[in-house]
Amino acid sequence: MSPTSIFAPVSTPADSIFELSMFVLAVTAGIFVVVFGLLVYAVVRFRRRRDDDGSEPPQVYGSYEVELAWTIVPVLIVVALFLATARVIASVQHPPKPKDALDVVVIGHQYWWEYRYPKFGVVSANELHVPVSDPAHPTPTFLTLLSADTDHSFWVPRLAGKTDLIPNHPNSMWIDPRETGLYLGQCAQYCGTQHAKMLLRVYVDSREDFDRWIEAQRRPARADAAVARGRQVFETTACVNCHAVGGTNANGRFGPDLSHFMSRDTLAAGAAPNTPENLRLWLRNPDAIKPGSLMPAMQLSDEDVNAVADYLESLR
Amino acid sequence: MTTASVAWTDTDVAPRPLVERLHEWVTTVDHKRLGVLYIVYALVFLVIGGIEAMIMRIQLIAAHTDFVSPQVFNRMFTMHGTTMIFFVAMPLVFGFANYMVPLMIGARDMAFPRLNAFSFWLTAFGGLLLYFSFLGGSGLYGAGNAPDVGWFAYAPLTAKTFSPGHSTDYWTLALLVSGFGSIGTAINILTTILCMRCPGMTLGRMPLLAWLSLTMAVLVILAVSPLSAAQIMLLVDRYLGGHFFDTQAGGSAVMWMHFFWVFGHPEVYVLVIPAFAFASEIIPVFSRKPIFGYPVMVAATVCIGFISMSVWAHHMFTVGMSPAGNGFFVLSTMAIAVPTGIKIFNWLATMWGGKIQFRTPMLFCTAFLFQFLIAGLTGIMLGSAPLDWHLGNSYFVVAHFHYVIVGAILFTVFAAFYYWFPKFSGRLYSETLGRLHFWLFFIGFHLTFDCMHIPGLLGMPRRIYTYEPGRGWDTWNLLVTIGVVFQGLGTLVFVGNLIWSYFKGERAGNDPWDAWTLEWSTESPPPAYNFATLPVVRSRRPLWDLKHPEDPDWKYEQ
Repeated sequence: MSPTSIFAPVSTPADSIFELSMFVLAVTAGIFVVVFGLLVYAVVRFRRRRDDDGSEPPQVYGSYEVELAWTIVPVLIVVALFLATARVIASVQHPPKPKDALDVVVIGHQYWWEYRYPKFGVVSANELHVPVSDPAHPTPTFLTLLSADTDHSFWVPRLAGKTDLIPNHPNSMWIDPRETGLYLGQCAQYCGTQHAKMLLRVYVDSREDFDRWIEAQRRPARADAAVARGRQVFETTACVNCHAVGGTNANGRFGPDLSHFMSRDTLAAGAAPNTPENLRLWLRNPDAIKPGSLMPAMQLSDEDVNAVADYLESLR
Repeated sequence: MTTASVAWTDTDVAPRPLVERLHEWVTTVDHKRLGVLYIVYALVFLVIGGIEAMIMRIQLIAAHTDFVSPQVFNRMFTMHGTTMIFFVAMPLVFGFANYMVPLMIGARDMAFPRLNAFSFWLTAFGGLLLYFSFLGGSGLYGAGNAPDVGWFAYAPLTAKTFSPGHSTDYWTLALLVSGFGSIGTAINILTTILCMRCPGMTLGRMPLLAWLSLTMAVLVILAVSPLSAAQIMLLVDRYLGGHFFDTQAGGSAVMWMHFFWVFGHPEVYVLVIPAFAFASEIIPVFSRKPIFGYPVMVAATVCIGFISMSVWAHHMFTVGMSPAGNGFFVLSTMAIAVPTGIKIFNWLATMWGGKIQFRTPMLFCTAFLFQFLIAGLTGIMLGSAPLDWHLGNSYFVVAHFHYVIVGAILFTVFAAFYYWFPKFSGRLYSETLGRLHFWLFFIGFHLTFDCMHIPGLLGMPRRIYTYEPGRGWDTWNLLVTIGVVFQGLGTLVFVGNLIWSYFKGERAGNDPWDAWTLEWSTESPPPAYNFATLPVVRSRRPLWDLKHPEDPDWKYEQ
């Protein structure tokens, strides 16, 4: 089973689209069977026979009655499809918003995702955590979609349809996943060289797990004397121009916030698992993992790479 | 009559210096020669665009392939899309319209022969500009590079910040220049049809191809103008400090989308209406019956032309329009299915009760009916906005529009090639090779584009140079790539057939299909002046009236 199939919805917007798609599929399949049947019949029945005498068939020029019939029937089908569609548009685009809904601001950047939880003061990247929503007491998540540079699109097929992130044009969407787990997706609007590896990971946590995650993210970054050298390298090179680590002088905004770097399973917007080897490779030569990403190769010595990697691995 | 035409042809091909013959082609203002130039030009670019598609398909044959870099892949899909739309599909429909319209309405040339030549050379120059970007895209240093902004070039990716260098400028200028060429040709076709018809050919007696070319020409004028305006605005943004689309200075990315799609959707009909035109000429001849419901076919076409101007934002269901906006474009998009359905039913009714001869053109037209039916139905799915929130920008939409552009347009263009090849060249094509081409291409087409729908349903977005394993996309992508091989072989057979038949094919005579429209009343290939004496017509099928004086059409037509 594909983890990104649109036929396995676990959230209300995806459910509504799924139901509509079944209706549309049934109608179009019906039309297909009828018209294709007529075509096959015509091809078989009205082929010129081998023993044809060469005479012309009766010349028929048309019939307004027949034309009227095959105009009115499609009009009725179109009206039915339109009404069914309009109902789903209204329900997905104008949802009720309960008081305990979670708000997350999603900011698309060239080839990574920034997630901000304004109510909690949490800033994270690339791996979105949301609470599961009990259908009896829905706790949906409302996403405000912004872009820092080019157009992007947020598409996690099992949770909802896609909505674009466009600079100067704030959008919104919502999800209320009813099952915990990891849901995958990726950027669905061409945004530049590494559009392909701008992957989406949405972790739907139980209420307790989500609260624990938020608690951990709210704490300032850990300061560990054992990795002081790595921290010093990090803070005295260009790393800090793009990356932020809470509670230090690193406050760059172009790249992902690294305050709780080790709470993430993947590197480079899902391009590789977050392992010590991958992290060192990423620091040495980002193009090896994600060619064209905006992270530069920092030309650090092996010693410094290890020190910085140790420092980053201490940021839990 | 046949002997006379052979004698004429033989004296005409008496060897003359190559330079002299080339010079004639470059300076020609004859609508038939310009038509052939358009078509040959399009075929060259068809091969180039096809190679670009093959490069992409090799890259996507499996997850995490390293055949090309992401940069090259992005250039390939940009160049493939731009080439196929602007330098293959448009020149093909213009080429056929140029060649056929004056012959079918009994005129001796287009209304403005010099404008015709000028428009062709503008288009030709546009294509060269686009491809020069491979050499000059980055200025003087480096190997240059082609545009990589996608064929609809969404802002702000085209801004100087995100597209430094000149590759995007070549894209812009190529479309601007060829756009002026398109508008020139459209004005020419429009004027020719309105002013140059032979005696007796009222609007209601024109061949459907003329009516559909008329609609196409109006759409070109209405659609290409906003595109050209947008290209000029983009140039102003990039070089004169304008901020139309520069979001970093308060410009609007959404406005570019509106400009582009207000061109982009009518453009689909600019291309598919000529496809309808070919089918509407070929299906009756090989079914041995007149087109069913001529006035309704004309009305449906004009209706499609009108509605197609009001559906553009169905390309924008995911950009955050209001529910009312989405609702309007759902309704207008679905409304267009009604006149389109009428056309399909009329083609079927034309075949109904006929004696259908499955020569190669008819094979392609039958496949067109089948494939256009499916393309229409997936179009209804995509027109339902909530489904589009999933399927838009996924491989499903890529499969859908290739079903239209290849399955409907290219298939009928192939049909038109085989149908009119005897008229163009004076010789018959090889029926065996034609059938081989059909079956190879039919199998390849379905392998590629049927399978391409599935990864879209499984969450695969378009324009990604590689993808993750384990998402259920691998097998489908492998099948899609295998299909390309069959299409490539089919195309080779087609080109081989054209070349072989041009030199070695049987003499065709004036009217090999026993057809009914005026182009078949003159020699093959037609002389420079088309008709020695201007024909006079009394019905929509003048040659039927000639061949059946006891039972002429004008006694019965609706």
